[in-house]
Amino acid sequence: MIRPQHPDALMILIPAYNEGGAIHRVVTEVRTQLPHVPVLVLDDCSTDNTRTEALAAGAGVISVPYHLGLGGCVQAGYRYAYDAGFSYVIRIDGDGQHDPRFIPALFAALRHSPVQMVIGSRYLHGKAPATSFARGVGIWFFRQILRLILEKEVHDPTSGFVGVNRQALEVFARSFPLEYPEIEALVVLQRRQFRFAEVSVVMRPRMAGVSTITALKSFYYVLHVLLGVVVNILKYEGKRRKG
Amino acid sequence: MDRLLNVVTGMSVLLIGLVFFAIRRAHIRVEYSVSWLSAALVMLILSQWQWALAQIADFLGVNNAPFALLLIILSLFLIVFFRFSVIISDLKDANIALTQKLAILEYQLQHVQEKHSPSRDA
Repeated sequence: MIRPQHPDALMILIPAYNEGGAIHRVVTEVRTQLPHVPVLVLDDCSTDNTRTEALAAGAGVISVPYHLGLGGCVQAGYRYAYDAGFSYVIRIDGDGQHDPRFIPALFAALRHSPVQMVIGSRYLHGKAPATSFARGVGIWFFRQILRLILEKEVHDPTSGFVGVNRQALEVFARSFPLEYPEIEALVVLQRRQFRFAEVSVVMRPRMAGVSTITALKSFYYVLHVLLGVVVNILKYEGKRRKG
Repeated sequence: MDRLLNVVTGMSVLLIGLVFFAIRRAHIRVEYSVSWLSAALVMLILSQWQWALAQIADFLGVNNAPFALLLIILSLFLIVFFRFSVIISDLKDANIALTQKLAILEYQLQHVQEKHSPSRDA
C-alpha cells in the first residue's frame, strides 16, 4: 500500500478513465524517472483494462465503483494522499500528454518557492503547441478572466499537470470542483490567499485514445467554468464579509 | 371556466391519491411527498374556492381567474422542482463522498488481506 516514507514525501497521482492503451507506459515512465516515488492511479470505473495495466506497471490503483468524472476522481486521490500523510502531490494525465521528465522541475518549484500550487504550463516560454481553434479561443478567454480575478497572468489555465503542497492538499481533499476542475481550483486557492507558480513544460500528443471534448461540450465547459468561478467568488466574498 | 376548474380539481385529487399510493408502496419517502401534497392541496382549494381565486387574480392584475390559477400552478411546480434540485445536489455530493471513501477503504482492505493471506505466510 502506498505510504509516505519520509516527511517530505511526494506522491504522483494519475486519474485515468479508459486509458488502457497508454497507462502502462505512463506509469513505467514515471517509475523510471522517479524510482522511489509512489504512483497512485485513480481508475474512474474504466470499462477497459486500465486497472490491470496500471497494476502490471507497478502502480497502486484505487478504483471507484462508478464513474465520478475528473474532479471527483482527482479529489479521491487528494483525500487518500492527505489522510496517508503525503506532503506533496503531483498530478499527471493518464493519456501520456504530460512528460514525467518535467516532474522534478515542478517538485523543485513546489518545495523551494513560497507557493502552494505549481502548474506545468505549455505556453510559458517558446512556441505554443498546436491546438484546435475552439480550444485556443477558450484558453485565451479564460486567461483574460483569470487575469482580472487573480490579478496575475496564468499562461495555461486548463493544464492538468499540477502539483500541490500539503496546505493546498488539505483544501482540495475537503472541497474540489467536480467537473473541469483546473480553473475553479485556481480561484479557490486565490480566495484563500494561496499562491501558485507556473513551470514551463512541453506536452506531447496523447499516446492512445481520443479526446472526449466536442464542440457542444466546449460550449458547456465555458458556461460551467464561468458559473463555477462566479459562485466561488461570491462564496468566499460572503465568508470574508462575515469574518 | 367551471370546466377548467373542475379539471384542476380532478387533477389535484388524482395527484393526492397518487402521492398517498406511492407513500404506501414506499416508492416515495414521506419527507419528499410533502411538497407534492402541498402543491396539490393549494390547487384543490383554489379550484373550488372561487372567491379566493378571484382575489388572487385581482392582486396579480389578471382579469382571467383560470389564467391566474394556471400561473399559481406553474409557480408551485417550479418551487417543487427547485426543491428537488437542491435535494438531488445534496444527494450527489453525499454519494460522491461515499464513493470516494468506499474506493479508498477497498484499496486499504485489499492490502490488509494480501498481507494476511496464507500464500504470503507460506
